[in-house]
Amino acid sequence: MFVTSAYAQTAPAATDPHAAPAGEAHTETGAAHGGGVFPPFDATHFSSQLLWLVITFGLFYLLMKKVIVPRVGGILEHRHDRIAQDLDEAARLKAEADAAVETYEKELAAARSKGHKIAETAREAAKTKAAADRTAIEAELAGKLAAAETRIGEIKAKAFAEVGQIAEDTATAIVDQLIGAKASGDDIKAAVAAAKTEA
Amino acid sequence: MANDPIHQFQISKIVPIQIGGIDFSFTNASLFMVATVACAAGFLYFATSQRGLIPGRAQSVAEMSYEFIAGMLREGAGSSGMKFFPLVFSLFMFVLTANLLGMFPYFYTITSQIIVTFALALLVIGTVIVYGFYKHGLHFLQLFVPSGIPGLLIPLVVAIEVISFLSRPISLSVRLFANMLAGHITLKVFAGFVASLGTMGALGVGGAVLPLIMTVALTGLEFLVAFLQAYVFAVLTCMYLNDAIHPGGH
Repeated sequence: MFVTSAYAQTAPAATDPHAAPAGEAHTETGAAHGGGVFPPFDATHFSSQLLWLVITFGLFYLLMKKVIVPRVGGILEHRHDRIAQDLDEAARLKAEADAAVETYEKELAAARSKGHKIAETAREAAKTKAAADRTAIEAELAGKLAAAETRIGEIKAKAFAEVGQIAEDTATAIVDQLIGAKASGDDIKAAVAAAKTEA
Repeated sequence: MANDPIHQFQISKIVPIQIGGIDFSFTNASLFMVATVACAAGFLYFATSQRGLIPGRAQSVAEMSYEFIAGMLREGAGSSGMKFFPLVFSLFMFVLTANLLGMFPYFYTITSQIIVTFALALLVIGTVIVYGFYKHGLHFLQLFVPSGIPGLLIPLVVAIEVISFLSRPISLSVRLFANMLAGHITLKVFAGFVASLGTMGALGVGGAVLPLIMTVALTGLEFLVAFLQAYVFAVLTCMYLNDAIHPGGH
């Protein structure tokens, strides 16, 4: 019983806003309800339901077909194109980078072999030059050595030749000092010669 | 029952209109048809108005629903079915928005009206029949004669196929209508228990907790049903359209 009264209090409040502008409509609804027809099967409202469904759904369909579907389709297609384009661009840039790396490596290899060649040539040239210099210097040194030896020989021979004279002079001087008399040159010469032979 | 759960389906006139003796009044149902269209179209329109390359949240939802239906239609009816995309998309968005709007308390659920769902189902079947005959002529009738059936069985199979074809608009409309109607009645009944038990003193308030939990759980379930029925309606539309496009491919 509580249930009934609680519903009875809330029910008019719920229907009131709709019923208020159309007083005569309320009575009709009440009559239909009073007839005990289950509202979804109440055929009296079918015509208005259908009309408004056709109007609203028709409008909705047109709006979807003319505006929303092309727009969303356009957005998706644009994004798809943009992604494909970006991927293409990326692929192109990658190919470019690969080509650049290849060129770089080729050039690097070429430069390296060229450098190698230059170093080789330089080393070869330096080696030859060093060898040539050495032979030249050796030859010069040998010449100088030979000249020096010749000179030494000359000096030696000359010295040997002068030894007798010096010995004689020295002997004369010594004798002069020792005995205070001049020895004859021939004696001294003979003595020196004797000493020479003894030596 | 005293706590009338049927009352929510009652139609009341807002602006009475009579044309040629037929009632075309603007009713609360009409109001919610307009609201459904305004919500769905308004959302899709403003969500996509930026046309962002990187979508925002709203635009993502709009794009997802577009791609969801596009994938469904392509899978169900092939790429030649894409010419029906605006129709299937409109049907899905309309039914989904109507179902979800019906989840608001005191809002009218237009998909709980058999005439509305039946009209939408007839639109689908009508499209199938008109397009089928337009595209294939009498070959469209191959739909009722599956290939590889022994000659003796053909009359029987054709009879079954014709009956199944004719029952399609009924099953399509009744499924949506009955789901929405039953769900809302159940919700109302359990919510009514909460209210009536609540007036019966301390014990009643304690006892009202159970139907309250049930109401909360049912509300969640009803949101699922609201989406699921819109999805089922769209999937079946795609399947039926597939028959119109490929009547022989049974």
